[in-house]
Parts: sequence; C-alpha cells; structure tokens
Amino acid sequence: MSVFLNIDNVSRLFGPNLSTGEKIAAKLGGNVETRAVRAVSEVSLTVRRGETLGLVGESGCGKSTLGRLIAGILPPTSGSILLDGTPVMVDGRKVTTRVQTVFQDPFASLDPRMKVGDTVSEGPIAHGLTTKSDAQGYVANWFERVGLDPVWVDRYPHQFSGGQRQRVAIARALAMQPDVLICDEPVASLDVSIQAQIINLFLELTCDLDLTCVFISHDLSLIRHVSDRVAVMYLGRIVELGPVDQVFAASAHPYTAALFGSVPKLVLDADELVHFDTIEGEVPSPLSPPPGCYYHPRCPCATDICATTQPETQTVSELRAVACHHFKAVLADKDPDLTSASTSVSAR
Amino acid sequence: MSTANTPLRRFWAEFRENKVALVALVVVALMILLAVFASVVSPQNPYDLANLSLMDSRRPPGFVGSGGYTHILGTDPQGRDLLSAIFYGLRISIQIGLAAGFVSLTIGTTLGILAAYVGGRIEALIMRLVDLQLSFPAILLALVIVALLGQGKAQLIGALVVAQYAYFARTAYGAAKAERGKDYVEAALATPLSTRLVVMRHLLPNCMPPLIVVATVQIANSISLEATLSFLGLGLPVTEPSLGMLISNGFPYMMSGRYWISVYPGVALIILIVGINLVGDQVRDQFNPRLRK
Repeated sequence: MSVFLNIDNVSRLFGPNLSTGEKIAAKLGGNVETRAVRAVSEVSLTVRRGETLGLVGESGCGKSTLGRLIAGILPPTSGSILLDGTPVMVDGRKVTTRVQTVFQDPFASLDPRMKVGDTVSEGPIAHGLTTKSDAQGYVANWFERVGLDPVWVDRYPHQFSGGQRQRVAIARALAMQPDVLICDEPVASLDVSIQAQIINLFLELTCDLDLTCVFISHDLSLIRHVSDRVAVMYLGRIVELGPVDQVFAASAHPYTAALFGSVPKLVLDADELVHFDTIEGEVPSPLSPPPGCYYHPRCPCATDICATTQPETQTVSELRAVACHHFKAVLADKDPDLTSASTSVSAR
Repeated sequence: MSTANTPLRRFWAEFRENKVALVALVVVALMILLAVFASVVSPQNPYDLANLSLMDSRRPPGFVGSGGYTHILGTDPQGRDLLSAIFYGLRISIQIGLAAGFVSLTIGTTLGILAAYVGGRIEALIMRLVDLQLSFPAILLALVIVALLGQGKAQLIGALVVAQYAYFARTAYGAAKAERGKDYVEAALATPLSTRLVVMRHLLPNCMPPLIVVATVQIANSISLEATLSFLGLGLPVTEPSLGMLISNGFPYMMSGRYWISVYPGVALIILIVGINLVGDQVRDQFNPRLRK
C-alpha cells in the first residue's frame, strides 16, 4: 500500500520564551537560558493507510511532541507533514479535520463546563458534518459506538469515571470522521482494568472504521499488542523502526534492547529470578545533547566512532531501519532472553 | 446526583448552607426591589421639586408634613421625605454600580483574554498599562476623570469604568493564561475550531468563576466610589441626590442634633455594601477549592 501520512525531516525546537527584560539581560551577558530544546529532531516517517504505528520511548524523548506535530496542534520548526499529499498545517493553523487526537488525560481534555454531548457535537457542527438539528442523533450514534449510553449526553464530565471520559474523548475524535487518529498515551492515566476495555475499543474501532493510527505509549507490551509497526524514539530522534514482531523478536538498536530488558514481567519462567536490566546513567539534557550518537554515553556497545559521528539511518531489511553504527553486531549476538518481552496487558 | 446535575444547581445548594450569605442575599435582593419600585413604595417623589416644601425641611422622624403623611425617617434640608429619597438614592446607586460593574467586566475581560490569548507585544502593552493603572488609587483616577468629564450619570459610569476595568483585566488575564494551556483548549484547537469558538465557548466560560467574584466585589466598590464622589460634590446633579449626596447634605447638621439626615442614608449604604460583600465572599469561597470542606 502507498504512503498515506508522510513525515519528512521534521524538527521541532522549543525556544525559551524570553520577556523583553530577559532579552536585554541576555544581550548584556546575564545568566539567561537562550538555548532551544530540540524536542523532535529530523524525524522522517511514513505511515500507510490502515496501519497502526506505535511510537515508544522514555519520558521526554519527544514522542508526544511528534504526536502533536502530526495532529496539527504544533507547527513543526522545519520539515513537512503531509496527509495524502496535502499539508496538515499551513501558516501555523491546522487546515484539515482528517487527523484527530485522543489525549492522555481525559480529566483535562474535556471542557469541565460543557455537556459531553456538546463537546462531541461542536466540531462536527462547525465543519458541517452534521447540523444543529441533527446533532442529537449524530452524537447518540457515536456514543453508542464507543459504548456510552446516549442518555448521558446532557451530563458534565465530572459525572463520569475516567474510562467513560476517555470514551467521550474517543467519541469526540471519531465524530469528526478522521482518517488518522493520534492516540497520545490514551490509557496511561486509567486503571489497568479499564485500560484493557479502552484498548479493545480502539482495536475494534480502528478496524471497523479503517483508521490509520499513531499510537504513542511508553508501555512496550501495549505497543506490541496494538501496533503493526513500531518506532523507537530517543532524545528526539527515531533510533529504530520496523514491524512490531520483528523489532520485538530481535531489536537492532542497543537502546531498544535495553528498553525491553527493563520491562517487568508478569509471568516468570519456572526457575527465573526477578531481575531488571536497567539502563545505566541518565537521559542527557536535550538542551545540550552529547556529540555523535545521542545514546553513546549509556550504550554498552559504544566505541570511538559513536562519540564523534551521528549514525545515519540504515536499512536492516526491507521494512526495518535503525540508526546505529553497530546494528549488525547487536543483531548478531541477540540474547533470545532479552527479546521475549512479556505482554502484561493482554486484552481478551 | 439527580438533584445536582448542573453546576448552577450544585452552586446554589452549597450557597444555601451559609445562612449569613443567604440573609445577605435576601437583603440585597430586597434593596434592589425597593430601588426598582421606588416610585411605587415611596410616599413622595423627591426629584419633583413641586412636591417639596421648604416648610418641611430638616424635620425629625415621625413628623407629619404638609403632604399629610408621616415622614418616617424625617426630612432633609430641601424638605424631601428621607425614606423616599433613600429609595430613589438606592436606585441611582444600584444603577450606577451595576452599569459600571458590567461595563468594566466586559471591557476588562475582553482586554485580559485578548492579552492572554494573543500574547507577544499586545500582551505586554495591555498588561503594562493595567499594571500602571493599578498603581494609582481608584478614587484618585475617578476624581480626575469626573472633574474632566463633568456631571451626569454617563460621565460618572465612564469614570468608574476607567477606574475599575483594570481589576477585571488582571483577573481575566490570569485565568485565561492558566486555561489556555489546558488540554481541553488544545483539543478544541486541534479539531480545528475557529479562534472565536474556542474563546467564546471554552476559554470564556472557564474564566468566569473568578470574574464573577471580582464583579460582586467591584459592584460594591462602584457603589461606594459613587457615594464618595457624590459626597465630595462631584457626582450627579443636586436635584437628583444619590445616597452619597444625601449624606453630604446632612453633614453640616450632624452636630446640631439633626443626625437623621446623614445617618439613615448612611445606614442604607452600609447595609447594601455589606450585603453585596457578604454574598461576594461566599461566592469567592465556593469558587476556591482550597476553602472547600
């Protein structure tokens, strides 16, 4: 299938928001932070129609920022994001309704002073997907699809539980009849028991509505469960990209391998001892990333070249890419134990 | 849940629990009713000079005047029935207080939200202006403007608005700045909805609670500012005395035993302002989650 969502060499910098006084102070040599954070750095990705791409990485690696760039909430500093050949944003304004977002925290993403029915219907009314007089039936239909009772349309968000609120947020996104759904950690703030229900709902709806999905999470087992392909991010860059089963079976980047190694397991083998291989060291400050490969200060495979040269993205196989100087060695001595990441949240 | 399904109903249920605020609300409502129906409940029209007789001036409470009825609270130096003058004075005070309050609320909120939403130079310009203005006492500013504009209701309201919009702008700015960064605003923008829709349907309603609190306090403030200006002789024409002017009229007679001319309008003014402030306090407490039980 052809490319549907094309993310081409996208970067996003967050400069410090300096007041006039701070700007003057900076000019006079005052101790003011003027460096910009490179939240997303030269990311290129393509997503095919109907595919679910998992985006995974530690906190602060830029996965949420990348999601917001794709969703048209933030304009990229450079690079382009094209959906079906047309840009998502023009001059800092979102120009398409074909990409919609489900946010992480349903307690924050719903307007507390608006009835949930109005929250769901206002977008479709504003964009002519339904009319004011037909809105009731339209909303009721979407409420049913996400498993909510349509009689609740007149309630306020505070009258719902977390899982129900997230269903409302999903209904709001889907009522815009999008082609692409960005899910920014949609279950991270929910109870484990509710997580499974919401994930199942996602799988069902993306399949029924033929949605293309970018699923952002730090939960590896969840990503494995929902995605077709996975992109692993570290400090604003994509370090590994490939079909989810291949990446999980044999990761080509040492960072991916280390991430898998640090996952707690729900089911242990008969004589297995509980042991986590945590990643050594801290994530470097994105204000001053290390030279060469960003991961080299923490990488067990690092050599001299890693400290000086930024690794190019290289093709491992037809569908896989990795940004590591030593990926061949990493793949070669794959310890099979490391790759069997458990599925702790397996729905159904 | 069924009895508390709207924010407004929950608000009212909680408000009712504070008996003091409830009594204050009733008193304020009563005073507003008296002011609205002043011409019906007053024994005399104090603004109609033909009705007034100088023979009746400065009479003590309980005096039966030439009109044939009892002046329950006495009369003022122009021979006005004080009770009627107070009702009419209340009308003026409440009119001006509400008008000034709502106009400053509208202007201040618009400026504050504009500053918070647009940011950059406009934000800096508006907010520095507001800061500058807040560094002057409101009464001073109002005095200067009334002196410049001259007498009259519209001029007075204008002066009060100029003196007070900054409080609303500051509050609206703070609230809008906080709400602007929240996910639900982002979600609305990501739909995408037009700026107008996002501001009017999401940002503004969520900025209202603190603004309502400031509004109740500022309406009381407008009323007392107006009374102060009138007391100083800078408010309305002498033929239409507001509460402040009634107090001012009686002031020279305070020491000669004719206390009622100043005291009764003063009492009316105090009851009104204290009433509004008590209601405002309760509203503020209810909007402040930290003070909630």
